[in-house]
Amino acid sequence: MNIEIRDLMLRANEIRRLAIDMIYNAQSGHPGGSLSSADILSALYFKVLRVDPKNPLWEERDRFVLSKGHASAAYYAALALRGFFPLEDLKTFRKIGSMLQGHPTIHVPGVDMTTGSLGQGFSNSLGMALSAKIDKKDYLVYVLLGDGECNEGIVWEAALSAAHNNLDNIIAILDRNMYQLDGATEKILSLEPLQDKFRAFGWNVFNVDGHNIEEILNAIDMAKRRNGKPNMIIARTIKGKGVSFMENTHEFHGKAPNKEQYERAIKELDEIEHKIKGADPNE
Amino acid sequence: MNESQRQAYGETLVKLGSDRRIVVLDADLSSSTHTIMFQRAYPDRFFNMGIQEQNMVGVAAGLAMSGKIPFASSFAVFVVGRAYDVIRQSIAYTNANVKIVATHGGITVGEDGATHQMLEDLGIMCGLPNFRVIAPADAQETRRVIENIAYVDGPFYVRLSREKVPTILVDEVFDIGKGIVIREGDDITLISTGIVLSRVIEAAETLAKNGISASVIHMPTLKPIDKDIIVKYAIRTGRIITVEEHTVFNGLGSRVAEVLSENHPTRLSRIGINDVFGESGPGWELLEKYGISAKNISEKAISMVRS
Repeated sequence: MNIEIRDLMLRANEIRRLAIDMIYNAQSGHPGGSLSSADILSALYFKVLRVDPKNPLWEERDRFVLSKGHASAAYYAALALRGFFPLEDLKTFRKIGSMLQGHPTIHVPGVDMTTGSLGQGFSNSLGMALSAKIDKKDYLVYVLLGDGECNEGIVWEAALSAAHNNLDNIIAILDRNMYQLDGATEKILSLEPLQDKFRAFGWNVFNVDGHNIEEILNAIDMAKRRNGKPNMIIARTIKGKGVSFMENTHEFHGKAPNKEQYERAIKELDEIEHKIKGADPNE
Repeated sequence: MNESQRQAYGETLVKLGSDRRIVVLDADLSSSTHTIMFQRAYPDRFFNMGIQEQNMVGVAAGLAMSGKIPFASSFAVFVVGRAYDVIRQSIAYTNANVKIVATHGGITVGEDGATHQMLEDLGIMCGLPNFRVIAPADAQETRRVIENIAYVDGPFYVRLSREKVPTILVDEVFDIGKGIVIREGDDITLISTGIVLSRVIEAAETLAKNGISASVIHMPTLKPIDKDIIVKYAIRTGRIITVEEHTVFNGLGSRVAEVLSENHPTRLSRIGINDVFGESGPGWELLEKYGISAKNISEKAISMVRS
């Protein structure tokens, strides 16, 4: 593990801790899918995305759409850590008058699209990618999808459409955490074989461990080769990753921890930080 | 002279197309909506999305977020009905600069029947914050509406007809949110929106022969509604009839009723589709059958004036 990867892992852990803080503080929000996507967000915001926090609407920026808008806590945490707005603002999450609405809106510096109704962000990202093609601009459009989200018809409309229009400037990442609100994805509405589906729809598909930042970065590098097809990185993740009692369950999909659970979660995340810091960077 | 609003729309898009920000999307109905004219002129900025109204609207929002001025078209029943949530979240809530231009509004869709006759779109779209909602009366006004809204930032919904309609508004100015006085009279005011204007004028002529002078106001913009003109003519004539090719709920009649009850309670009668679905048949005949006819309008007016 090199120093850069270790730094990205620490950032991911910080995203998780802030997200849990925010959700506890608001007594509402979505811990499970925020924790599962933290490593992906860390890789994007601290390594991959061409963005400028001082100029959030910079025309040449890479776009990022959080199509699984309910992971807003992790998203806002990543944006604040990246310097788009003060960390202090995270305390207002889901409170009256706050710019940090329950689901992301374009009024937040760094947010490229308002999301929350599942599947739409995927479709919106196609519009951004088409626009780049019309204008011959080289920015890339990143979009993070949930797996439960893939129940929505519009996801498959967009999947057909992106391939048909050769939108190889789209890099979609699917947070495959295996759970949706009511239970396991394969029990509610089977998605598998998911990678075969996207391949059949005309996408490049990459499979990665969504908690292994090196694998995420490698897949993104491969996706940047632009071979005429849109790119889908299926990131196998653990719902609730990092907090033992939130892992691999739908129970904390959309439920805030109580005081005792909160303290335990933070303690566990502190221990993970300690462990990452203690690891030999040259190992 | 009868002219097609759809064709006027297609021609106007082509005229606007020299501006590279203009992009046009359609959902496999481009030869019906006439967006195909834009495709022929500017193929690199036309996207036939296939039969995917939701995705079309979502993509239009993404294009708008990147500085484009997208026009997205389909039949009213599909683009509003099937894509409503995408319109709500991705366009209305974000105040995206998307122009939704629906053709085949109302019962005059005709032979295709109730599945294709959108009778509640104006009400649905008026319910969305940030949206402005327009139903032009004829092809000439359609041209002015499309040219106008292309350069007014934010979302619009425009409803056009399948049928060719009589040209009436040859040089009346179109201003967003302003009613247009077609005829002045003191006994009653007839207010309509969309393509039924010709029927309303015919009714006013019948009324004149019966010694009743009617004001006729065309209300191209349903939202924002022109409160001033409604109140002014309510005061002047004391009686109002609204006429629309739309359910009587949530459309022009309801909007006028709201303005009147809050500002100047006035006798009102609403003519429109009375909470039923349509059926197959020739468009203009269906309009007659469902009571949106010059005869029905003039009879209602006579009974209101004489009671």
